[in-house]
Amino acid sequence: MLLGMGTMTRRAVLAAALAVPVAVSSIASPANAETVMRVIPHADLKNLDPIWTTAYISRNHGYMIYDTLFAMDDNFVPQPQMVDTWTTSDDGLVWTFVLRDGLKFHDGAPVTGEDVVASLTRWGARDGMGQQLFGVIDTLEAPDEKTVVMTLKEPYGLVLESIGKISSNVPFIMPKRIAETDPFEQITEYVGSGPFVFQADEWVPGSTVVYTKFEDYVPRDEPVSAAAGGKIAKVDKVIWQYFPDATTAMNALMAGEVDFYEQPAPDLAPILSSNPDITVEVNDPLGGIGFARFNHLLPPFDDADVRRAAIMAMKQEDYLAAGVGDPQFWKTCYSVFPCGTPLENDAGSDVMATGDVAAAKTALEATGYDGTPVVIMQPTDIPMLSAFSLVTAEKLRNAGFTVQLEAMDWSTLTSRRALRDPVGEGGWNIFHTWWIGADVIDPMAIAFSGNPDKGWFGWAEDAELEEARTAFAKAGSLEEKQALAAKVQERLWAIGASGQLGQFFTPVAYRNNVKGLIKSPVQFFWNMSVE
Amino acid sequence: MLFYIFKRVLMTIPVMIVVALFVFMMLRLSPGDPAAVIAGDYATAEDVERIREQLGLSEPIVVQFTKWLGQLVQGDLGTSIFSNKPVAELIVQRIEPTMLLALSTIVFAVLVAVPLGTLAAYRAGSWVDRFVMLFSVGGFSVPVFVLGYVLIYILSLKLKWLPVQGYRSPFTEGIGPFFAHITLPTLTLSVIFIALIARMTRASVIEVLEEDYVRTARAKGQSEFKVLMRHALRNAAVPIITVIGIGIALLIGGVVVTESVYNIPGLGRLVLDAVLARDYPIIQGLILFFSFIYIVLNLLIDLSYSLLDPRIRY
Repeated sequence: MLLGMGTMTRRAVLAAALAVPVAVSSIASPANAETVMRVIPHADLKNLDPIWTTAYISRNHGYMIYDTLFAMDDNFVPQPQMVDTWTTSDDGLVWTFVLRDGLKFHDGAPVTGEDVVASLTRWGARDGMGQQLFGVIDTLEAPDEKTVVMTLKEPYGLVLESIGKISSNVPFIMPKRIAETDPFEQITEYVGSGPFVFQADEWVPGSTVVYTKFEDYVPRDEPVSAAAGGKIAKVDKVIWQYFPDATTAMNALMAGEVDFYEQPAPDLAPILSSNPDITVEVNDPLGGIGFARFNHLLPPFDDADVRRAAIMAMKQEDYLAAGVGDPQFWKTCYSVFPCGTPLENDAGSDVMATGDVAAAKTALEATGYDGTPVVIMQPTDIPMLSAFSLVTAEKLRNAGFTVQLEAMDWSTLTSRRALRDPVGEGGWNIFHTWWIGADVIDPMAIAFSGNPDKGWFGWAEDAELEEARTAFAKAGSLEEKQALAAKVQERLWAIGASGQLGQFFTPVAYRNNVKGLIKSPVQFFWNMSVE
Repeated sequence: MLFYIFKRVLMTIPVMIVVALFVFMMLRLSPGDPAAVIAGDYATAEDVERIREQLGLSEPIVVQFTKWLGQLVQGDLGTSIFSNKPVAELIVQRIEPTMLLALSTIVFAVLVAVPLGTLAAYRAGSWVDRFVMLFSVGGFSVPVFVLGYVLIYILSLKLKWLPVQGYRSPFTEGIGPFFAHITLPTLTLSVIFIALIARMTRASVIEVLEEDYVRTARAKGQSEFKVLMRHALRNAAVPIITVIGIGIALLIGGVVVTESVYNIPGLGRLVLDAVLARDYPIIQGLILFFSFIYIVLNLLIDLSYSLLDPRIRY
């Protein structure tokens, strides 16, 4: 080292001395510093096509890089996002949308009506609500660069709710060349017109996703409100760093190595809360809704009275305590639509509110249940659902059912629940899951279907229920929608479609220097800054 | 020797084919369906079937296997069902952290364990020996994740000496950040290998120390250090090298817990995520890759025997 110094020339020493202040000033200058927000997302981003998959993490990725025609505000009302103005014909059949000025894709191309038509068409082939909308669409055309005209075969009350839906699959607008990909094949190019640009070269599946600010994005003037309003990217870069281990994620947040933790496990919340540098709060007003889903095709749950007897045994408090824990993160809710939303009601919900094993036992005896075993699929790799399965097994045993609990991983469960075969050939009787509140906000959710051919696993069948859902889709006023939603709910409880296990709220945790969090059922990263 | 190596390399081909067939059949016959995972809650049975068709999963198993084998012959490990990225690219992205973690762990473990084991053998029955054995039992008994969390709590959260998690490449981000991030995982992971190698070293050296040539060396007046290093340790090296070789192989395929605890994007996590999602091409590609590594390491271990023991000739 000394020898090295000795050989340095005077000029080199001078240059080094001059360089030091320059280097120091460049490090210290906040004006030049790139602002980065490091985020622990709720899951690993495995797939980049939010139309091909319904995974929530792909949906969140979609919100980063794509934009939507309409977007839900925090009152659950669709507001224009890419659309500037729109009109509806007097007969309600012709909808004309005009795009905002200045909308550009990340490759510099302008967003046109043709891009919108192609994107909605692809979405309509995959999404449940999209399929229903396209069932009444006669034509969808782009007469000029900025205009899209949708002509319906009959009036439909959920046009804006459909194209402005907040959760999977969200009708994101992509360039026409990408949106023309077969809906059942993945897209291979990731160009949107949203507030952030996806950096494909830096994507490491299972680890890191990098987004940079889209400098040419033109946000709306309105204040941000859930998915609606001005989307202003306030950081230069957002890095999603996936952590498979919840404790490590917590430690990284406490050590200041990351800024934002999207879904810390509720049992870690007290530790995070005790750190004065960290804020823990519930950011999603709707939370999630637990479900115990019956297979309506197989005995003993091919009998509505047996299903209702099982529901009577399900006490929401017990499920939520076992699956979520801390009561500040859950509440009971006997409406099939999330509590706190416009369609919440109590029609027919007495059966769910019973929560009494003795009453369930009496009800079960009245059905003449013959002891047919109930196979409950228990996904042991998802702690909350595993706990729900155990609680159901215990409740049903106490109510007089013969119960067979079968442990498996979630992947096995997802493939097995699609089987309509008898139990001996791979069939099942009950599985548990949850829906985020935004996905079951109205009767059009597939979870509430009464059509066994096109409905959710479990294949409930009820003509009256389907009639009420169809009527809801055509309803105009909120009062009319509320009345029909109550009718749907009444039928759902009457046939014992599913047990609903309460509403729970997963908090977010973030360093106190993170500002601008948006209250919403979906985590957005615009409007957020790191100070 | 060259003929032996050639023969061993040739033998890898049938081994790899058997592994490929076994892995393929095992995955196809086990429950779970990537199409159902992709389709999600909203899907109808028709949607799931259409996705299966797109993924080529509806074809007869023999056709699927033949297609995959055809790809393999051309050096194509396939494409991930979920990320749509080539499996080879995913492996390349992940191989560096796993390899360097394995390397740092085994180097550190050998540097600590071999002297410890030799010392324990030399002082067999003494408190030094008992301490080494106690450490070995402890090293085997403490689960990796417990040790990991304890080290993170003390060295990262309390003392703030080292980062909690992550990986930094020495090639792109510098040697300093690399060592800062690799130290804790290396310490965590090496404990069990220190225990394993120290025990093996002790047992081998004790055995050798009773040999006639050791007594002869001592009778010739050689120093105890020379007796230990030149005569005892070298002759005890074959089983030690075997354990070290197996250790490296185990490390490459079995660091999933450490990689999860320290959030290192390595191969262990890749295989675990792929299994949970039933991403068949990744699982198949990785198991083939791990098998290949095992075969190569076994070959290297066998070849090293002839360097350590002149009596062994191929």
